[in-house]
Amino acid sequence: MLEIKNLHATVGGKPILKGLNLKVSDGEVHAIMGPNGAGKSTLGNVIAGRDGYDVTAGEVLYKGADLLQLEPEERACEGIFLAFQYPVEIPGVNNTYFLRAALNAQRKYRGEPELDSMQFLKLVREKLHILHISDDLMHRAVNEGFSGGEKKRNEIFQMAVLEPSLAILDETDSGLDIDALRLVAEGVNRLRSEDRSIIVVTHYQRLLDHIVPDVVHVLADGKIVASGDADLALKLEEKGYTWLEQGGIQPLNEEARV
Amino acid sequence: MSNEQTKADPSSVDHFVQQKYQHGFVTEIESETVPPGLDENVIRWISARKEEPGWLLEWRLDAYRQWLNMTPPDWAHLEIDPIDFQAISYFSAPKSDKDKPQSLDEVDPKLLETYDKLGVPLHERARLAGVAVDAVFDSISIGTTFRDELMKAGVIFCSFSEAVKDHPELVRKYLGTVVPSRDNFFAALNSAVFSDGSFVFIPRGVRCPMELSTYFRINAAETGQFERTLIIAEDSSYVSYLEGCTAPMRDENQLHAAVVELVALEQAEIKYSTVQNWYPGDENGVGGIYNFVTKRGDCRGARSKISWTQVETGSAITWKYPSCVLRGDHSVGEFYSVALTNNCQQADTGTKMIHIGRETRSKIISKGISAGRGQNAYRGLVRVAKKADKARNFTQCDSMLIGKGCGAHTFPYIEVSNPSAKVEHEATTSRIGEDQMFYCLQRGISEEDAVSMIVDGFCKQVFRELPMEFAVEAKALLEVRLEGAVG
Repeated sequence: MLEIKNLHATVGGKPILKGLNLKVSDGEVHAIMGPNGAGKSTLGNVIAGRDGYDVTAGEVLYKGADLLQLEPEERACEGIFLAFQYPVEIPGVNNTYFLRAALNAQRKYRGEPELDSMQFLKLVREKLHILHISDDLMHRAVNEGFSGGEKKRNEIFQMAVLEPSLAILDETDSGLDIDALRLVAEGVNRLRSEDRSIIVVTHYQRLLDHIVPDVVHVLADGKIVASGDADLALKLEEKGYTWLEQGGIQPLNEEARV
Repeated sequence: MSNEQTKADPSSVDHFVQQKYQHGFVTEIESETVPPGLDENVIRWISARKEEPGWLLEWRLDAYRQWLNMTPPDWAHLEIDPIDFQAISYFSAPKSDKDKPQSLDEVDPKLLETYDKLGVPLHERARLAGVAVDAVFDSISIGTTFRDELMKAGVIFCSFSEAVKDHPELVRKYLGTVVPSRDNFFAALNSAVFSDGSFVFIPRGVRCPMELSTYFRINAAETGQFERTLIIAEDSSYVSYLEGCTAPMRDENQLHAAVVELVALEQAEIKYSTVQNWYPGDENGVGGIYNFVTKRGDCRGARSKISWTQVETGSAITWKYPSCVLRGDHSVGEFYSVALTNNCQQADTGTKMIHIGRETRSKIISKGISAGRGQNAYRGLVRVAKKADKARNFTQCDSMLIGKGCGAHTFPYIEVSNPSAKVEHEATTSRIGEDQMFYCLQRGISEEDAVSMIVDGFCKQVFRELPMEFAVEAKALLEVRLEGAVG
């Protein structure tokens, strides 16, 4: 699905990613953990193609093709979805209208017929039902006046409707209480499938109690410094990120990456 | 079929064609234009040409004499090269049909392309593009139908010139009572030389059966650069009036100075909607209309209501403050505005809400959008007079910036002389967020669609106030005017 080789990237001229390697196969869930400022959010933004995040070296292959050639909206249409850490408010733009515009833009890109409002409404109802979300969110403007939990659920809901191949959840757990966290995690688990890969970016282990990853990576100073199974996350939680700096962890284990 | 038979039958095609030819060759009075410059003789000439009564000539002359002692306003946030008022010709009769394009084939393809994008109905395109009236039969028949229906309701809707001839007592009673000729420099100029415009009278208790639009008024095509509009709504009547249209109007005149006066008597309601899309000049600001407009509504009767909605996207310079004088107790004034400036356009626009009566209420929703090097200023005055007990105002003033070369400015003035008044003001400025754009792009929405979606959301509160079809057109218009503003 995704293969990143020796990726170097800068933000505003400042080097953030410094030779990152990562391989995610179809249907896998990978967690990326790391201290603040390690480059976790930068990774998501670089993959999604955000302006101002400049790749200075390395390559990113997505479904075997060069991802970095594509515009951000093309990447989205190719099936890359970024669930934002801070979902953006768009005042006056109806949530349903926004999502339908997005879905139809993607369908058009793929040469599929666009959905009319009745067809779309039916789809929305199905997805709301699966995720146990009330349709109240759909009548409001995009994220406007949403609580932290509502915003994150809206992201997962968008993901459910857009059905991406690769979803990156950027600190989706931040700012959520335990109940909201569980709801969001359940939503994500329902969307796990053989042909969908998910990268969960998080600072804390607690999300991984609910979304159990196939692989856990530790990102520090712009590089993956360790990879392992779900136990690695628990160890990190127990010992803290300083443990890494003290050399308490084994160097990158190729076999652990399946 | 014999030849004689054909000639004898008056309904035959040959006969019809012949008839048309006969009429086609009747020579109309050739178009006349006075030489550039303004003095009393020019005003006398205009008034005589329009066969106006003596009192109106005197009114024009009085305005002119006041104008001579006035200077153009310089307080607006606008950069304007000095205008040479003696270099302007103050009267030009409409172009004769001979000089106009004879069909759409002769019209600039670029203009037609814009009509297409705006979804202007086919039968309207010819008229808007200034094709000879003879070729534009559709719109005339529409106009005639409307007229009959209005007449049945007792509504008067005609050109200002016609009103002067047919309803002089009404014109004389109300003209200049809302915007006095000495009101400001441009209003005085308009009063002296106004060419034509619209006149509307809604009698007591009548709800106007349709939305009145300048669009459909016969002979409205060339009201000229000094337009004058007067709308009177008698007790308990209602009218919704639409001015302008979304399609770009062509005009040779650079200076426009219009005056609009609205009078709402007891419990009457006037809703006045404008979509203005005059030529804004090219990307470097060359050419483009200067639009200096004085619009004011007088809520003269108790519980009357006047509401202004405007979408301003055109003109090189816009200087315009549709206002409400809330004289009647419990009267209501509203102002909803979207003003867009792109490239080198400048707009200084807003409103005045003058609370005089008791428990009067006003609401101001202003949305300014600046792109390119456009400069957009909101200027508003809320004044509560001593006797206006429990007056209330709510003002919301939002600016959106697209790109880095543009500017937004807000000048709210609040003068309150009554302690029971409640005046609220909210203002925001936002840059079309890079984060909003990225959010849309990341969902697969293209840059252009994202901009129009965000702008449309920003303007929603105002578009909601427009009649349905107008709102759809206004939205399309913003999209066209913002093309290429991002990226």
